[in-house]
Amino acid sequence: MEMKTTTFKENARTAIADETLQIELDRLSFGFPEKRKKAVDRMPEFEQLREQARDIKNHVLANLDLYLENYEDRVEKHGGQVHWCRDAKAAREQILKICKAADAKTVTKSKSMIGEEIFINDFLAKNGIEPIETDLGEYIIQLRGEPPSHIIAPAIHVSKAQVEDAFRRVHTDLPADRNLEDPAALLQEARGQLRNKFLQADVGLTGANMLVAETGSNVLVTNEGNADLTYALPRVHIVIASIEKIVPTLEDASTILRVLARSATGQDMSVYTTFCTGPKRFEDPDGPEEYHVILLDNGRTDLLGSEFEEILRCIRCSACLNHCPIYKAIGGHAYGWVYPGPMGAVLTPGLIGMEDASDLPNASTLCGKCESVCPMGIPLPKLLRSWRTRHFEAKPTRSLGQITLKFWAWLAKRPKLYHKVNGLIIATLGALGRRKGRIKWIPFASGWTSKRDFPAPMGNTFIQQYHKGARGDTSGRRLREVKK
Amino acid sequence: MSEAIPTSPHVGLFVTCLVDLTRPSVGFATLKLLELAGCQVSVPVMQTCCGQPAYNSGDRSDTRDIAKQVIETFEEFDYIVAPSGSCGGMISHHYLDLFKDDDTWEKRAKNLANKTFELIVFLSDVIKTNKINGQCKTTATYHDSCSGLRELSIKDQPREFLKNINGLKLVEGKKSEVCCGFGGLFCVKYPDISEKMLDEKVDDILQTETEMVLGGDLGCLMNIAGRLTRRGSEKEVRHIAEVLADMTHGPGIAAPEKTEA
Amino acid sequence: MNDSRDEILAKIRTSRSGPYVVRNELGTIEDRLKNHPRNVVPARGDGLPEEQITKFKAEAELVNATVTRVSSNIDIPKEIAKYLADNNLPSRIKHAPSLEHLDWSTTLMEVCHGIGEATDEVCVTTAYAGVAETGTIVTYSDQQNPTTLNFLPPVHIAVLNAVDITGSYEDVWTKLRADLGSKDQSVNFIPRTVNMITGPSRTGDIQQTLLLGIHGPQRLHIVIVDEKTP
Repeated sequence: MEMKTTTFKENARTAIADETLQIELDRLSFGFPEKRKKAVDRMPEFEQLREQARDIKNHVLANLDLYLENYEDRVEKHGGQVHWCRDAKAAREQILKICKAADAKTVTKSKSMIGEEIFINDFLAKNGIEPIETDLGEYIIQLRGEPPSHIIAPAIHVSKAQVEDAFRRVHTDLPADRNLEDPAALLQEARGQLRNKFLQADVGLTGANMLVAETGSNVLVTNEGNADLTYALPRVHIVIASIEKIVPTLEDASTILRVLARSATGQDMSVYTTFCTGPKRFEDPDGPEEYHVILLDNGRTDLLGSEFEEILRCIRCSACLNHCPIYKAIGGHAYGWVYPGPMGAVLTPGLIGMEDASDLPNASTLCGKCESVCPMGIPLPKLLRSWRTRHFEAKPTRSLGQITLKFWAWLAKRPKLYHKVNGLIIATLGALGRRKGRIKWIPFASGWTSKRDFPAPMGNTFIQQYHKGARGDTSGRRLREVKK
Repeated sequence: MSEAIPTSPHVGLFVTCLVDLTRPSVGFATLKLLELAGCQVSVPVMQTCCGQPAYNSGDRSDTRDIAKQVIETFEEFDYIVAPSGSCGGMISHHYLDLFKDDDTWEKRAKNLANKTFELIVFLSDVIKTNKINGQCKTTATYHDSCSGLRELSIKDQPREFLKNINGLKLVEGKKSEVCCGFGGLFCVKYPDISEKMLDEKVDDILQTETEMVLGGDLGCLMNIAGRLTRRGSEKEVRHIAEVLADMTHGPGIAAPEKTEA
Repeated sequence: MNDSRDEILAKIRTSRSGPYVVRNELGTIEDRLKNHPRNVVPARGDGLPEEQITKFKAEAELVNATVTRVSSNIDIPKEIAKYLADNNLPSRIKHAPSLEHLDWSTTLMEVCHGIGEATDEVCVTTAYAGVAETGTIVTYSDQQNPTTLNFLPPVHIAVLNAVDITGSYEDVWTKLRADLGSKDQSVNFIPRTVNMITGPSRTGDIQQTLLLGIHGPQRLHIVIVDEKTP
């Protein structure tokens, strides 16, 4: 996937002009939040669960090295192998090595954000192995040659007609006269196509919603059942997961499951929650013969111990995307890299660097909706602001906006001058616009006036009027002047 | 608040830069409300801005300087009140974050934070005034500003006060809690996204078919008012303090001067 | 590979002295792993056994599963035959080896057993437990219970003993540890695969419309049996 974070503003403009996308985003911003609210209202202990989920993950991060060692030991005891990878490249090569050893021609994949992060599909394809996405949404965008635009609903930007177009283009055995008007017909078509792929695959590649240190299990959560067919049918199961996915025990996993689905889709529980531990046992009639875990760092250890550590609690539920007015306005692709929305705006600079991703933490009103719905209590606005601070402090060159701000701060520190200078500006603007009440264009403020009128100031500042003894038009009693 | 409230508390009015510069009427309305509630109010001339623009753009060192100035100017008052959830929240929630490695200033910031309130919260939850009983024959909808709503939990208090305004009928917008797209510098830096968000807000407001839009933060209100006039709407936009203080005879935000009758 | 392992662990250890580390407030890791304390468990699944059964049924039906109840094992094949006939479904079933003890000859269904295959139309499996909180059934893999049966066919029928309906997921872990735990419990008790299943397969990926049965079964029918299977 091409990185497009540096053209964020353009991406956003394109997205806002895309009518099909806007219809889907409207639907999303209405649907998910309402469902989440219903599910939360049905669970009186939800706030307590949130707090515990947060505490569990903090505890894990504080002891991450120990839990990872314990987890690795358990996986190995159950006959699986753990491969530690510092970066995306190492992870890709390790996966390829396992696939080659298995003489793999096709690899089925169940949706994994880590898979996106390491661009595994392109890499496998280049090496002659066909990767097949099996989550319906992922499958649709794979056919369209696009990256996902949402973490749990990757094809949220695609209309039904566009799904049909993609199927007709790629499924060459699909009769032209077959009616695919009904979404259920599209579903049957996809099910049939993917069924064969599941049965033929040599390797199944899944992500992991969690890794359980107590047992060495990986947890897979889906609604479709695609992850289960991905690990259960092929001869080799590869799990790709980043190091912060650890939870201590099955009980801790259960707590996080309770906040995960409710925050994500508004379900009480996703349909399929699976705990996989090692390869098939001697007596098992089915299951994979090999079990590998790719444990990926790829920048996480740099975030540990930094002011951004809290983002490592993220469980990728998408609640922050679903409730974000910015995401709602521009969709996921505009963010330009793998992780969209508020969590992406915090995580992406940590993974690809702030130089390339500087728009992401800035393109936010810090309205705080994301934090209010985050099941892991991640203070997203605070972390966005922290990126701004890092960027500001690291960057010697200043944009015009920053110079203006710097001047404002300089002025604010000199109250007497501040009141004089602003008094003049306000008097001028007031004289210009008071009659009409608004000003349609102000030089150097076109960012404002290109979209909205500037309400004309009343003419004199409050401080000026007040200290001349004015009381506005109040009839309130006179008070003692206290000047400092 | 566990401490007893002084009988006539001395309040330092932090008027906020936007009110000071563009809409003094909100300042006077605030003054009137505080006095009606039995407070003695002072307006220190040394006040400028709370430092939020610098803070949100990552400029910690300027923010710290400005914060120190605000602390020095206001720390002697019994209470500090601002007619803005955004600036109030800056002082009561974010100043603390600035002095993590400076015990003396952290203490002073904390002292200030503990007695700084947004106007409506102060009137409703601290001083618990029962002196609000204006008159305003209109239908209005209320926009919940983000910092007020989510940092300071301002939701019911303004609505409760508005019930005491004779003749005012409140109609809730479906998206009253959704951000208007102002975001300080955000709206000029990302005008297209801001416009998109703002239009959703304005659409929601128009859907209520009310005559007036109220809110507690001038930034949002200027943003909303400017878009409403740009779209040709003459809806009256006001800070809630003006309505509660019964001071609504001047023009609304971005509205033309009223011609003398 | 070992280098990466050591590097990652070393970086984590160094970072643990950083200024933003959240301190450990949940005790030592040994304690947590060994005692696996319960966190907040919602009260929703609490109740007397009969109440839990009622709750289980209500919650399962909310997520589009169907639930019936029979009094004894003898009734299971007949109930399944009836369900298939009532819904115009094929009367060819494949059941898990764990259900071989049932007398399938009392119906006219074509019956076989084994692991899941592409051609399966209806599979019948044993549920290890039910969770009242969310109407979830829990199955696990072993010689008698192939995993694939739960996922490949369009129709999945699960046989669940009433006594195995618990309140919460935590209750299931407790039961699993007790039933399968060896001396070194924390290592060996967990089966290769534990599946929690809450309703039939679904997707919202086509225009955010809810559709059932994308990869997993389109129907999930749960037969609760009052008499405990031997």
